[in-house]
Amino acid sequence: MKQEITQQLTGSASIAFTKPVYVISCASVVGKKEGEGPLGNDFDLICEDPMFGSDTWEAAESTMQKEAAALSIGKAGLAPSDIRMAFAGDLLAQTSASSFGIAGMGIPFYGLFGACSTMGESLSLAAMSVAAGYGDHILCATSSHFASAEKEFRFPLGYGNQRPLSATWTVTGSGACVIGNKPPSEKIPGKTAPLLVKNGCVKVTGITTGKLVDYGLKDSLNMGACMAPAACDTIYQNLCDFDRKPSDYDRILTGDLGVVGKRILLDLLNEKGIGIEKQHQDCGLLIYDGETQDTHSGGSGCGCAAAVLAAYILPRIASGEWKRILFVPTGALLSKTSFNEGEPIPGIAHGVVLEHMEV
Amino acid sequence: MENTRQKEKQKKYEKYVKEVTPTHCLPLNMLKAFFTGGIICVIGQVILNFAKAQGLDADMAGTWCSVILVLFSVILTGLNIYPKIGKFGGAGSLVPITGFANSVAAPAIEYKAEGQVFGIGCKIFTIAGPVILYGIMSSWILGLIYFLLKIMGVMA
Repeated sequence: MKQEITQQLTGSASIAFTKPVYVISCASVVGKKEGEGPLGNDFDLICEDPMFGSDTWEAAESTMQKEAAALSIGKAGLAPSDIRMAFAGDLLAQTSASSFGIAGMGIPFYGLFGACSTMGESLSLAAMSVAAGYGDHILCATSSHFASAEKEFRFPLGYGNQRPLSATWTVTGSGACVIGNKPPSEKIPGKTAPLLVKNGCVKVTGITTGKLVDYGLKDSLNMGACMAPAACDTIYQNLCDFDRKPSDYDRILTGDLGVVGKRILLDLLNEKGIGIEKQHQDCGLLIYDGETQDTHSGGSGCGCAAAVLAAYILPRIASGEWKRILFVPTGALLSKTSFNEGEPIPGIAHGVVLEHMEV
Repeated sequence: MENTRQKEKQKKYEKYVKEVTPTHCLPLNMLKAFFTGGIICVIGQVILNFAKAQGLDADMAGTWCSVILVLFSVILTGLNIYPKIGKFGGAGSLVPITGFANSVAAPAIEYKAEGQVFGIGCKIFTIAGPVILYGIMSSWILGLIYFLLKIMGVMA
């Protein structure tokens, strides 16, 4: 067996980690609507107050992200001072929700913007840093808030307008996890709750960095169609780089493509001769009940993929229900200015391979 | 050559996306808009008739009617009821004066946190602003045409 392979690159856009990278703990905090959704029982904290005890929507989002980060650090049995650095992001301009949220904890901080793909970006960078030996414990956190996102990208909440059926609903939620180079240590009842089910834990074994994919679409209320080509590109790249078939994954989970984006993704991959109908799920479709919650195409926002990852995906890998999955959060990289200036909306998707492991 | 091929590819994708994207049922939406707008106008007519019955002249009654409708719309916006009417009625609640009032009240509420000047002051007309600007401009142009026609003796 080869030990200490320094060359960890595989294919043209992926890394297969030879050093162990573990997800030590994870936490999710969501709003009321998400709590009423199908995953309601899985979240760590559901806040009935959309303001999260703050005066503004932006402060509410910061509070929510800070809460998720603190929960995740606490579950790992660590203190903020044990965290070497944080990779965090959100949808607000200048990623202010993250900087204000994490600022008070005194953790060295990198702010990220990858739109709704930020959790994938954050996990990728954290896994790379841990594998490279740049930190024992690294925090990943992202958040989105329905009200602050509407204000940032669309209309004031009180404005009466109709949303097209292709529009998605921004998730009020935040997910955080701690990535480390050692498996989670045993649970101390009442004190810690690491991501450990019996002896099973979650390992990050590889990543595929996404490219910007632009099919020239300009409809900001049909984000799924803008992002699906990027998801297709990253999934295809991942399968090529790791020389895998879709059936090598128990699940392939995209971030927030919604009903429209899912359909397009499956069609685009079928064109390439790849069928992922059996494996594919979308976080945006998991978090809400489209029939009763009036969310149109599904959930979106970088809190969507993050909260579903922490509440639904990671526990299932730790328990061994899924042995290996591909997590592909998708983002639409537009700004209000670029949209008004008539620029198209390019998409991006980052792939993270997560595997079950017994310790 | 490369450019035109890319454009063709974009067009093809756009067409495909249009095919797979569900849309609202247009006749149903028009019906909802008709009833929502109609009800708002009936309420306006009731106010107008009532004001006239109180002995006000047509101009004064019209002013009272507008002011009362605007007041109702602003109160309903504050109570978060108008967005629900808007979601149901679409253009039916957007086009009457109540929709205009809603588009001014909603930013005022939303941007209050950013201060009286840079919040409410700067952003209160973010939605209504274009309507005001181009409304005034088009009435100015119509006025000019009217003026010219009058000089030429076409209109009295």
